[in-house]
Amino acid sequence: MSQYNLIDNPNSSNRPPVINVGIIGWLRHNLFSSWTNTVLTVVAAGIIYSLFPPLFQWAILDADWSGVSRESCTGKGACWVFIKTWFWHLIFGLYPVDERWRVVLAFGILIVASIPLFIPWFKYKALVGVFLLIGFPVLAYFLFVGDILGMPLVETPLWGGLFLTLVIAGCGIVLSLPLGILLALARRSSMPVLRGLSVAFIELWRGVPLITVLFMASVMFPLFLPEGVNFDKLLRALIAVTLFSAAYMAEVVRGGLQAIPRGQYEAAQSVGLSYWRMMTFVILPQALKHVIPGIVNSFIALFKDTTLVAIIGLFDFLGMLQVARSDPDWLGFAPEGYVFGGLVFWIFCFGMSRYSQYLEKEFRTESQ
Amino acid sequence: MGREGKNPQTTLSAVWNNPAIRALVVQALVLIGVVLLGIYLVDNTLANMKARGIASGFEFLGRTAGFSIATHLIDYEEANTYGRAFLVGLLNTLLVSVVGIVFATVLGFTIGVARLSNNWLISRLATLYIEIIRNVPLLLQLFFWYFAVLRNLPGPKASIDFYGVVFLNKRGLFTPNPVFGPEIVWSGISLLVAIGFIVCLAYWSRRRRDRRGHSLPVTTISIVILTGVPVMSLWFTDFPIIWELPVLKGFNFRGGTTIIPELVALTLALSLYTASFIAEVVRAGILSVNRGQSEAAYALGLHRTLTLRLVVIPQALRVIIPPLTNQYLNLTKNSSLAAAIAYPDLVLVFAGTTLMQTGQAVEIIAITMSVYLTLSLAIAAGMNLYNRHIALVER
Amino acid sequence: MQRFSIIILAAIVGLMAHVAVAGTLDDVRGKGFIQCGVSQGVPGFSNPDEQGNWSGIDVDVCRAVAAAIWGDASKVKYTPLTAKERFTALQSSEIDVLSRNTTWTLVRDTALGLDFAGVNYYDGQGFMVRKDLGVSSASELGGASVCVNIGTTTELNMADFFRSNSMDYEPVVFEKTDEVVAAYDSGRCDVYTTDRSALAANRVKLADPDAHIILPETISKEPLGPVVRHGDNQWGDIVRWSLYAMLEAEEYGVNSGNVDDLKTNSNNPVIKRLLGVEGDTGESLGLSNDWAYSIIKQVGNYAESYNRNVGPDTPVGLSRGVNALWKDGGIQYPMPVR
Repeated sequence: MSQYNLIDNPNSSNRPPVINVGIIGWLRHNLFSSWTNTVLTVVAAGIIYSLFPPLFQWAILDADWSGVSRESCTGKGACWVFIKTWFWHLIFGLYPVDERWRVVLAFGILIVASIPLFIPWFKYKALVGVFLLIGFPVLAYFLFVGDILGMPLVETPLWGGLFLTLVIAGCGIVLSLPLGILLALARRSSMPVLRGLSVAFIELWRGVPLITVLFMASVMFPLFLPEGVNFDKLLRALIAVTLFSAAYMAEVVRGGLQAIPRGQYEAAQSVGLSYWRMMTFVILPQALKHVIPGIVNSFIALFKDTTLVAIIGLFDFLGMLQVARSDPDWLGFAPEGYVFGGLVFWIFCFGMSRYSQYLEKEFRTESQ
Repeated sequence: MGREGKNPQTTLSAVWNNPAIRALVVQALVLIGVVLLGIYLVDNTLANMKARGIASGFEFLGRTAGFSIATHLIDYEEANTYGRAFLVGLLNTLLVSVVGIVFATVLGFTIGVARLSNNWLISRLATLYIEIIRNVPLLLQLFFWYFAVLRNLPGPKASIDFYGVVFLNKRGLFTPNPVFGPEIVWSGISLLVAIGFIVCLAYWSRRRRDRRGHSLPVTTISIVILTGVPVMSLWFTDFPIIWELPVLKGFNFRGGTTIIPELVALTLALSLYTASFIAEVVRAGILSVNRGQSEAAYALGLHRTLTLRLVVIPQALRVIIPPLTNQYLNLTKNSSLAAAIAYPDLVLVFAGTTLMQTGQAVEIIAITMSVYLTLSLAIAAGMNLYNRHIALVER
Repeated sequence: MQRFSIIILAAIVGLMAHVAVAGTLDDVRGKGFIQCGVSQGVPGFSNPDEQGNWSGIDVDVCRAVAAAIWGDASKVKYTPLTAKERFTALQSSEIDVLSRNTTWTLVRDTALGLDFAGVNYYDGQGFMVRKDLGVSSASELGGASVCVNIGTTTELNMADFFRSNSMDYEPVVFEKTDEVVAAYDSGRCDVYTTDRSALAANRVKLADPDAHIILPETISKEPLGPVVRHGDNQWGDIVRWSLYAMLEAEEYGVNSGNVDDLKTNSNNPVIKRLLGVEGDTGESLGLSNDWAYSIIKQVGNYAESYNRNVGPDTPVGLSRGVNALWKDGGIQYPMPVR
């Protein structure tokens, strides 16, 4: 009985049994290692089977792709004709057809100008950065608004669609970061008044929903100003979105500031740097680098939050989707609209989150 | 010294270079600036309101509202005041927040654990869920559930029928409503007694474990007692519960409990969205517990369940609680999106209808914002308390 | 440093000083256009086309005011507002005139700080239901789900109606008219209630307009008209008399086609006064004397505006009914322009 051969068949190679390697081994190890695991696998397979084939059938196989009106849709699958018909409105809103090149041009410049930032050996990144942060917004403003160089004026109520979403998100991102840094510095400052005010500001904005802030901006803000002084609804929404996300940004930056060891402050002070020089050249570069993933996450949140302006009557991407959905000629195609809208937002947000993960990894290896 | 006295320029700059004095001046300036700005805004608002004859003050809260509200947790009718309408809206906000938090927590923990599962398919599925849901705006998801899914359900006459007891259609979810007879008191009392007994049992069992090292299966015993005692007492009192079934009458189902589709859509969207964030929080929390901890527990002979319960989870919770609080806060604030799909929450009832009918925007927005602020601070304070309770006690 | 802080203080104090308060007319003249608050799209009343050009009888009121001030009816900019936003937008000077099928009520006229400048459409609230429900009277609506716009008189009238008939109902409220219509069309509600004119206008938007009927009951009075801020009487006068000029022109047979002819050839003193040939009505309003001429020339009289936008030959298809002139058996009664 108790007799075993160390090598029961000297001719066989020393390979492990088939059941532990290759696809089968992988399956066994990852999916069927125990009976609970097997049950889980079956459940997951069931979910996948009941979800994805019908979705694929609806979105691709049975879908209607060509045509101009709702009659082109058989009703079996998705009606992408609906999206096709509304596509340019979803991108530009009511921006006049003849002037749309201005928007395209501005975003083209933006993309071309940002490419060098991603090229490691490019030397003049700082110059490009300055252009993107200062020159480009001015340029884009004149392109979008017009009323200069023979370009007709396009008023902001006509702005809409994905274009408006990107304008609001872009302005919010560019403006909320510096504001957030100032707030974070104030919150970390040794002056009790500054600290108190900044804590109050941050906690107030973080404690209320964005929609009440937007509503305040859209209908109450003019009451705060002297009679006759008034500004654009879009501008008011922009201010609200910026202040709101600055409060969140401040908390992210504060996390970075807290992670900087005391020694850095002391060293900077001991070489006689003033407060602002110490912050600009020693503390902030390190602190911001620490929290870049957090900052990008705030940007993603801000980007998603811009959809709320649809509630106060601006026609951003989601607002235009709502218009398209309740168009009498196209009633009943809400699923197509939201699936398409979700896909567009997803591409932007997922892209940003992947970029932030990439940065995180870069910095982690760098600091090792 | 005499020299400095002669040169006021130097004295001044000396004063200015004194950090303490400079800090004081800066703070005073900022404070004055903020106060003046505040006065300026308030002054403008008052002047504007006076010039246009807009009513002010909070008397409107006592006036008759005159409109009705689709769902209310407390009695409400048109003849009630705006103040009561405010209460109804607030309770509806709390309702959807609490229900949303419960669902989101259960789902989020499940998915978070699933993402760490050894099972490749399960962890991939969980990752897919998180990556899709997190990267699509909540408002869009809310619209999807409300306008694309619930709107396409059948009408009342063709309701989806669950065994003739529960009905689902475009108008909502209709479930039976329990009507209790007077004998239900006995079941209530017996339930209280059972709970008291279990508390004593748990205490005794802990003492016993400390003394002898054995512990009783308290959880199992508790479940048996908690279900057994009330069922027994119901049986003795001849089941004094009558289920009022929803019946299709006229336009719609009558009787039973109606859960309006707006509430269903809002709960779905809020909990699915927040769950994806909670899942990430949970995953990070579990990963933060050093592998050595569970290895040490195994080495001590604790089996997997006990290791999880006594070693991993308590430590993970310390990491999980603070961001989890944030997610609860976010969910509560996000419930204000209700206004976009006609669920009568605080924003719709109060900052919507009431504001419209009274025109007192300043007061109403101020009240609404302070309610959310109070809710946020309350949840944060509660969670901080809990956090302190479970925090690491360093010796 | 002291000087620096003094400068800052002075700047802040300077900000606090009130900008001299000008009247709306000066304000409007200064910026060169009227900011007109309209609906987000009610066909026939205020509705944008694909290019964003607005038309409708409510829009015509704003165009008339612009014509009266500058002799140019196109100097209007439009702000689409939800029912919820409209009053705050007016109170806060975001718009100069609100012309958005708004009902004249006591509370709005007093506590909300508004002034109504007249009535350009007399309306009443009605109910629309699906034909296949087999309902023929509003008294059979007990237990129904009702779709309604948030924050309107409609919402309150509906509550009164169901309460006084001791029927229960489920209100489903939305902020945007399109949402209300879409909710009704998709079957979320059995009933859609709003002003009868808007029911007719919005029925055009439904997937199958013929499958719906408007019930015979009218449960309220809804005098709809342009609104201005309380306290600026001159501006209120201009809006009021711009509206009356359109009605007066109809009463005396002046329209955009014959106005030039009548201006030179008419012997009727009323017409002469109206068109600014005689008298100084413009001066009293703070306008030029041909203010009414410009309105009629560019916008038309009330009948022209009505028939162009909501009349029987339009998709909205509303007959004049009570909105006929007083001498034709209606209740539109312009005050004399003199």
